[in-house]
Amino acid sequence: MPQSRYLIASAIVILLLALLPLSGSRYAIDLTTEVLIYALFALSLNVLIGFTGNISFGHAAYFAIGGYGCAILLTTYNWPLAASLPAAVVLAGLVAAVVGYFCVRLTQIYFAMLTLAFAMLVWGVAFKWKEVTGGDDGFTGIKMPELLTSPVAYFYFTLAMVTVGVAALWVICHSAFGLTLVAVRENSVRAGFIGIDTRRMRWAAFTVAGAFGGLAGALFGMYHRGMYIENAFWTESANVLIMVLLGGIYSFIGPIIGAAVLHLLQTFTNQYTPYWPTVLGLILLVIVMVLPDGLIGLVSRVRARWGRA
Amino acid sequence: MTSMLSIQGLWKSFEGFVATRDVSFELAAGETHAVIGPNGAGKTTFFNLITGHLRPTKGSVAFEGRDLVGLPPQKIVRLGLARSFQRINIYPRLSVFENVQVALIAHEGQQWNLFRPGRSLYREGTAELLDLVGLTREAEETAGELSYGKQKQLELAIALAAKPRLLLLDEPTAGMSPQETAETIASVRDIVKARGLTLLFTEHDMSVVFGIAERISVLHHGEIIASGAPDAVRNDPEVKRVYLGDGSHG
Repeated sequence: MPQSRYLIASAIVILLLALLPLSGSRYAIDLTTEVLIYALFALSLNVLIGFTGNISFGHAAYFAIGGYGCAILLTTYNWPLAASLPAAVVLAGLVAAVVGYFCVRLTQIYFAMLTLAFAMLVWGVAFKWKEVTGGDDGFTGIKMPELLTSPVAYFYFTLAMVTVGVAALWVICHSAFGLTLVAVRENSVRAGFIGIDTRRMRWAAFTVAGAFGGLAGALFGMYHRGMYIENAFWTESANVLIMVLLGGIYSFIGPIIGAAVLHLLQTFTNQYTPYWPTVLGLILLVIVMVLPDGLIGLVSRVRARWGRA
Repeated sequence: MTSMLSIQGLWKSFEGFVATRDVSFELAAGETHAVIGPNGAGKTTFFNLITGHLRPTKGSVAFEGRDLVGLPPQKIVRLGLARSFQRINIYPRLSVFENVQVALIAHEGQQWNLFRPGRSLYREGTAELLDLVGLTREAEETAGELSYGKQKQLELAIALAAKPRLLLLDEPTAGMSPQETAETIASVRDIVKARGLTLLFTEHDMSVVFGIAERISVLHHGEIIASGAPDAVRNDPEVKRVYLGDGSHG
């Protein structure tokens, strides 16, 4: 059964990650924490892109809402983490539900533009609502529980939360709901004629994507001990979109691979040159020209060729 | 005779072009009824109006006494009226099996189930439907890679998954070889009989039409110019003039 093979492979990956702090490298721990967070972020966006066929240009909005929400509840309102984190996720999901309600009335480029517009609105709120969000100074000095102040502890916390988030997304994407989303993506007219309310399905996918994007954002804010308006900016939405495309939209784990590869590339590139955006442009070029189904697609193509040879 | 589908004064115009002109139509429960007419006569538009794909300019469509005008396709399907499409309308990247499975998931209202694995649901029902249309061997193939004729069979299986009482088939044998056509028609006839379905279909192949239809309606320029038993329609002078020609058909 492939199902059990996936489970074993995931268990091994999680175990290896859990052993990482033994290396004693603070750098490796920090980098991996970031990759984990981006992996969840990219995966959440792919519920919308890969599974439902709706390209959002504004996914950073929910990341930011989760991040700011959790930060503000922890710090300004002194809520415990056990309440702040779920509340931030719910908040991101709720805002996604409201925004999605309007966005799913449109399709394709109009849908994408509307998601972008709403995301700019969220950015505007973060920028202008200075007394709550800190405006362009950012929201800094997030109060963290004592237990999670060390990088290693926070790494384990992130690993646990991302594992839960990825597992939940796995279940959702492979559920009857997930299969129906794929049918909507493949042929929304036909989906209507088997009794599916395609608009409501897309709305639900939008909400799920927003909520899990919010979880990633909350983890990100706490990791950096601050949220900044750049985290809500449209370039962040583009970045996560590229992660998803790079990994491959038609597989579940594609976005995880894409997030890891892109974030590591960015980190290493920045050590040698300030021209990351140029490199990013080249990566995008390669994706569009030769990797339409991402790295995962490349792997399966290579495998198919070897298998037949 | 009770009417399952009752259509009164149905009109549809597209920017001045009248595609459906004052069509009134009654379909009795259990009947097998063909709608024929030359290309562009408005057959597909007629189906689209019934199934909610298009909204009529005026007129009424009632299914088992319930007004369908203004209802979206997904609501109409759930009332027990399913259709296939003239142009292939499947999920090309899903497997043949999943194409039917997802239709069953929708029919059973499981599309909101976020927990049960989709691939484990209604496997038996899916296998049965694939068997019924002769696609058992192709179950794991990618739907978009099937031959045209087999994709049409898949269309039929997807429509049947909605467990309809009224089945609308839009040119079920279009693009098929003569042999595929004969097989498809035989299987449609068996299915309709076995499930007690009412069947409304459009078809260009006159041998198919006169082979299985109990009643025939002829559409011409969006109007029904004749309706009745096959022999009566065949001998109708107006029909002969506009459509069947000098008798070289059928």
